Amino acid sequence: MIDTALSADVRAGRLGHSTLRPDGVAKVQGTFQFSGDLTADGVLWGATLRSPHPYARIVRIDVSGAWKITGVEAVITADDVPGVMTYGLIDQDQPVFASDVVRFVGEPVAAVAANHPDACRRALDAIVVEYEVLQPLTDPEKAVDGSFEAIHPLGNVFRQQRIVRGDQTIEGPIVVEGSYELGMQDQAFLGLEAALAVPDAGGAGVELHVATQWLHEDRKQIAACLGMADEQVRLVLGGVGGAFGAREDISLQVHTCLLALRTSRPVRMAYSRQESFLGHVHRHPCRITMRHHADHDGRLLRVEARFVFDGGAYASTSSAVLVNGITHAQGPYKCDNATVDGWAVRTNNLPCGAMRGFGVVQACFAHEAQMDKLAAAVGLDPLEVRLRNAMETGDRLITGQVVESVAPVARLIRELAAMPLPSEPVGGHDLNPMRLPGGAGRTADVGNVRRGIGWAVSIKNLMYSEGFDDYSTARVRLADGIATVKFATAEVGQGFVTLAGQIARSVLGVDEVVLDQIDTQVGSAGSTSASRQTWMSGGAVDGACRLVRERMFERVATLHGLDPLGLVIEGTEVVDTVSGLRLEVSEATAGIEFDETFEHHHRPTEDLDEFGQGNCHTAFAFAAHRAVVDVDPELGLVKVVEVATVQDIGRALNPLSITGQIEGGIAQGVGLAVMEEIIQLNGHVKNASFTDYLLPTFLDMPDVVIGLVEEPEPQAPLGAKGVGEPPTVSSTPAVVAAIRDAIGKDLTRVPVRPTDIVFG
Amino acid sequence: MSEPSNLVYTLHVNGHASDVRDAWLGESLLYVLRERLGLMGSKGACEQGECGSCSVLVDGELVCSCLVLAAGAVGQQIITIEGVAPAGAPSDVQQAFVDAGAVQCGFCTPGLIMATHSLLERSPEPTEYEIREELSGNICRCTGYGRIIEAVQRVAVARRGAQ
Ligand code: FES
Ligand code: FES
Repeated sequence: MIDTALSADVRAGRLGHSTLRPDGVAKVQGTFQFSGDLTADGVLWGATLRSPHPYARIVRIDVSGAWKITGVEAVITADDVPGVMTYGLIDQDQPVFASDVVRFVGEPVAAVAANHPDACRRALDAIVVEYEVLQPLTDPEKAVDGSFEAIHPLGNVFRQQRIVRGDQTIEGPIVVEGSYELGMQDQAFLGLEAALAVPDAGGAGVELHVATQWLHEDRKQIAACLGMADEQVRLVLGGVGGAFGAREDISLQVHTCLLALRTSRPVRMAYSRQESFLGHVHRHPCRITMRHHADHDGRLLRVEARFVFDGGAYASTSSAVLVNGITHAQGPYKCDNATVDGWAVRTNNLPCGAMRGFGVVQACFAHEAQMDKLAAAVGLDPLEVRLRNAMETGDRLITGQVVESVAPVARLIRELAAMPLPSEPVGGHDLNPMRLPGGAGRTADVGNVRRGIGWAVSIKNLMYSEGFDDYSTARVRLADGIATVKFATAEVGQGFVTLAGQIARSVLGVDEVVLDQIDTQVGSAGSTSASRQTWMSGGAVDGACRLVRERMFERVATLHGLDPLGLVIEGTEVVDTVSGLRLEVSEATAGIEFDETFEHHHRPTEDLDEFGQGNCHTAFAFAAHRAVVDVDPELGLVKVVEVATVQDIGRALNPLSITGQIEGGIAQGVGLAVMEEIIQLNGHVKNASFTDYLLPTFLDMPDVVIGLVEEPEPQAPLGAKGVGEPPTVSSTPAVVAAIRDAIGKDLTRVPVRPTDIVFG
Repeated sequence: MSEPSNLVYTLHVNGHASDVRDAWLGESLLYVLRERLGLMGSKGACEQGECGSCSVLVDGELVCSCLVLAAGAVGQQIITIEGVAPAGAPSDVQQAFVDAGAVQCGFCTPGLIMATHSLLERSPEPTEYEIREELSGNICRCTGYGRIIEAVQRVAVARRGAQ
């Protein structure tokens, strides 16, 4: 229910206002505590020994050398894991420490605790591990076709899922097909993995301060590995320096707790950048083939597709990423007939899991290339072919699910098309060489540079799917006109801490909101992922505030002989719409506390059946992107000049935050399009550093132009859709389409490399 | 690698002389600032000079503290994020970052504040491309840089107005 109207003159701090972050001043002054800044008296450092091989049998581990290093207090291996030996978000197949076989470069084998990071390093060097090196499985197709021996007792296929819908025989008069490939992208958050574990006296429990996306899920997995009850493990959110999916899985959590419990001392662990590249899951590399059948007008008749997601050594969320990918194969377009086959498989490459866009980035790159091919084949403008097929509310997905969400696809496309193109010529009005492809290298000759324009449109599911009971919890207390809000929602930079205050102020009519510590002393919030926290935790805070407000209204009504149903909040007052009585909220709550907890669940979803049919998702958001690029076709260099976007957001609860999410999401989409890839050769990682893994800098980032479509989403508690992922999903294909437009080549792989442009 | 020693050297940080005891000789300035002097505001995200999160001023020059040996900075004036403005009283650059929405996770922010102060000292009215080039040694993974550029421009405009 939406009863808090948004208008241009929104009261400061309320919904719809560009309220500033409550942690902003601490962050600009360097006093905000990130998880890596936390320390304690008598603290030890922890460090991890990792496998140098993608696939090898462990013959022998000799840790005796580590004990000879001055300052070493603990050395642990798989033998020291008291509880279950493996963890994982969906399937628990990943060992805390490898004991018999290592399955990827960087897999943990042992850990140490010592009084100085250098002592840790020396201790790790002194551990002897004898390996029998095995031939790794690095080609995901060999996992699909079963031609490689099982590299794990659970086999090499995480999941296979088909989607079969409608007429399987339909052939279009127009047929376009293509094969596409995406490299492995890293989330590359800046705040490296870090944690501080403090053991309880006598080892009765442990408190872990950690940068994560989902405190309660971490706790469940940690407690199981420690052989403890959930209550013995308390998690507190350490300041999080970005996440983007990479903190959804366990990395150093169990190791840090084990070392602290073993030494009865606080232990800090902090990954190096190289270790971070190896120590968290990445975006799945993916190979996709698609064949689109259409009539002569360019209307889609059938989509055929095959997806192979390389999940790397352990399951993580591969099975969910697969389903997200294949169920979005049609894109934001009407299509009644489909045949899709998808695999997520195990290899000896780095494990993959969640990253912003979660499987849909892969699907969108392929379906948008196909839509451009279709436009060319029927002689239509790329936008016209998309408009003719644009999905609307009430259309069905290829899973048979009816899209009940607001689906303003045609409107997004029209509003994007109406945006003016950048006025700047190649190199800018002042012909600044920095604005040419290659920038500071000053290599491009302006006469050779060609400009291209590309478009892409996306659909992205919001929140969790496939029958998962997805919920978030919030507790709100109101006393003396001050609201205190408690939740376990991981603030990773996205700004939920800002939004929570806005909700409480709007619903309760207070100016002062105190945010309690983010920890496991309240119910789960679910993960900060899947564009879900505005909807889910926003819904929880809103729900708890409404319960508190009801109690306050009841009390005011009783004291003043009013009907509580006639009471509303205006500004900071309780107002009786019947008698006109006005009372400050601080007065109405003087000397009394209301305390309510609320869980918000989204509508239940279902599993897919064997034909990939079922209402597996709950809601969707849409976005459209237009990219303008300058390309030097001889040097293979690209300058992304501008990305314009129109995004379906439901309702703008904080316009400034939305701008930040959209610009940041586009940066990651541009990165995948033209530079970001973890390169592995035969399972060995070639570029695990910021020197070699390229990230967009100030100079690489294009201008961003943003249009918002506000059509409140009836299903959403605040009318607002999540905004974090769509910018990442369709910006990548828009940039690649623009490069194709500039040079007239196919470009079927991202990131687009200079060699693809020159020789492709 | 050196063995631990009782080596004592003195660093001049944010206007104070601070003794560094029991340090290993190989420790970077970033490590010593954070772990021995308790100044946690400077961040490390690569320790390779690629991200700028660890930026501090040494004798007025912007450097990556991860690439400087602490013992080599003896006798030089070091300014860290903690020395930019008193706690609770942000500098104009710091306030502009908050106001313009230039902060999300905030991990890159202390380094960018140092770099922006340094830029505006040298070039009070930078063009957009100058801002991009000058700050390109600082990586931000959250914001896409748009709001940061906006923040820098706001400070330049405000300072000009104040003259
Ligand atoms: S930590 Fe010094 S530049 Fe990245
Ligand atoms: S705000 Fe997160 S890295 Fe810049």
